[in-house]
Amino acid sequence: MSGTLLEVTGLAKRFGGFVALDGIDLAVGAGERVGLIGPNGSGKSTFVNCLSGTLRNEAGQVRFDGRPLDGLAAHRRTRLGLARSFQLPRPFLSLTVGENLRIPIEYVVHARGRGRIDVESRCAELLEMVGLAGRTDELPAGLTQVEMRKLELARAMAAEPKLLIADEAMAGLSHQEVDDILALLLQLNDRGVTIIMIEHIMRAVMHFSQRLVVLVAGRKIADGLPDEVIRNPEVERAYLGE
Amino acid sequence: MRGFPFFLVCLAVAAAVFLAARLTNNGYVFFAGYVVLQYVVMAVGWNILGGYTGYVNFGTAGFFALGAYCTVALEKLVPLPLPVVMLAGGVVSGALGLGMGYLTLRLRGAFFSIATLAMAVVAQTFMVNWPFVGGSAGAFVIRPETAEYFGIDYIRYLFLLMLGLCVIVIAVARLIERSRLGDGFAAIRDDELAAEASGVPTLRLKLFATALSGMFLGMAGAPLPFYVTYLDPPSAFSLAYAVNTIAMPLIGGTASWPGPLIGAVLIATLQQVATVTISSAVNLLIVGLVLVGFVIAAPRGIIGWFGLDRRARAHPRRLAVGRT
Ligand SMILES: Nc1ncnc2c1ncn2[C@@H]1O[C@H](COP(=O)(O)OP(=O)(O)OP(=O)(O)O)[C@@H](O)[C@H]1O
Ligand SMILES: [Mg+2]
Repeated sequence: MSGTLLEVTGLAKRFGGFVALDGIDLAVGAGERVGLIGPNGSGKSTFVNCLSGTLRNEAGQVRFDGRPLDGLAAHRRTRLGLARSFQLPRPFLSLTVGENLRIPIEYVVHARGRGRIDVESRCAELLEMVGLAGRTDELPAGLTQVEMRKLELARAMAAEPKLLIADEAMAGLSHQEVDDILALLLQLNDRGVTIIMIEHIMRAVMHFSQRLVVLVAGRKIADGLPDEVIRNPEVERAYLGE
Repeated sequence: MRGFPFFLVCLAVAAAVFLAARLTNNGYVFFAGYVVLQYVVMAVGWNILGGYTGYVNFGTAGFFALGAYCTVALEKLVPLPLPVVMLAGGVVSGALGLGMGYLTLRLRGAFFSIATLAMAVVAQTFMVNWPFVGGSAGAFVIRPETAEYFGIDYIRYLFLLMLGLCVIVIAVARLIERSRLGDGFAAIRDDELAAEASGVPTLRLKLFATALSGMFLGMAGAPLPFYVTYLDPPSAFSLAYAVNTIAMPLIGGTASWPGPLIGAVLIATLQQVATVTISSAVNLLIVGLVLVGFVIAAPRGIIGWFGLDRRARAHPRRLAVGRT
């Protein structure tokens, strides 16, 4: 089925009296590459947290791969194939880099019950992909902030998701590194992984996205072809013009 | 070493300990040694929840006393062989752990710890008001001269049972450390949100840890009535159990089973020696002083101090206390 993979309707989230998300609708097709942009504090990460089950949304529905996710715990969603990276890296500090990747391999890939894979070679492969080759036995505390972002991305990839949501995986990366991660994400997408990329680096978003979605103050104000969306006057005013 | 050979090595060590104790030909060695072994079980068992998942349980005395009171109740109802009684105490305390976990594991850090302390207070109040097991007056339990089947002095029998329990708890703890479960526990200890996002069913794992940890604490308490022959709530629920059981893993190192083992042997032996040479009144002082010393000089415990544990090096004492 190559139809809709993710379907969000009327998603709303508040923190106390503050409305962080105000009725978001979004549909993402299987295999699509979607860029999600918006000013700081517009609700992008909150949106990701609601999709992944890290936060509970008060209203609205999320359907993923043909089934509703309402009330499902985060680990169940990850097992269903919805993986995300955290904007601020959250490595397991007492585990080595390799062990960090072993967690999703053991708890997601093996738990799916479709056979086991060799953990060590898979870890090495993932680290190679994100540019951390040979760092398996190091502890995350010794990584730079940028390397932690790469580990964060590798850990999300280790779950072998159908939908990968990368929350600012490229912040702080050098020009070359951004290109490397872009190439990696494009390659994953080539293999059929649907990707939502949240990014402030416009060069990367524009290069990557087939579709661009703009959030401003918890509302979706635009959704369409990237070139058209960034010329949308409302987007310019609310976002690019500021 | 794989699980089964390791188990055999543990058995061999236990046999050697028992033989060495016999060679001393001194009844007091068994009497004091029992307490040391009891603390080994408690410290290693406590550490399954406290060290591996980072949830600090202050309610040790509650689980321990529940196991002991289970023995008192069973002794009155249907006298059974002690190993069976210990198992029963373990099941009851494990169930308490499961219930406590269900009610409190949504709490993090210090809030969880305070809730466990409250649980112990509730359990104590319950026992004070339950005449069947002696109520506030306490209960006497007759200790047989010799153990059935074994034909050895009963204190030696208690020592032997506790030694066997040590082997079991250490083997189980090591098995967990080396399994997927141990990885899941470590992920929970480090970051629960990230653990969930990585597919770890955090609630289920935490419930398993509280139940298993509670079970071992209860099993450690089950033979107590036969050891002391008189059990009353203040002694069964003594704060010393909670303090010692937390201090021992902290002193030894919480990352893996050798830490609580070493901590328990060290502190409990010191306390037993002090009980004879000075007074049992200094026992809490000893553990307090040693703990303060370690917090200052070796915050990662003995294991971490000697750099024996790679994980311990990563982050000193990442227990949940103070984190929310
Ligand atoms: N746990 C929380 N409690 C209260 N308010 C929150 C919480 N998380 C986020 N917010 C608020 O919700 C709003 C949206 O935050 P969010 O992190 O989703 O923004 P964002 O679009 O990801 O921003 P950025 O580009 O800076 O990452 C912000 O105003 C933020 O302060
Ligand atoms: Mg964000």
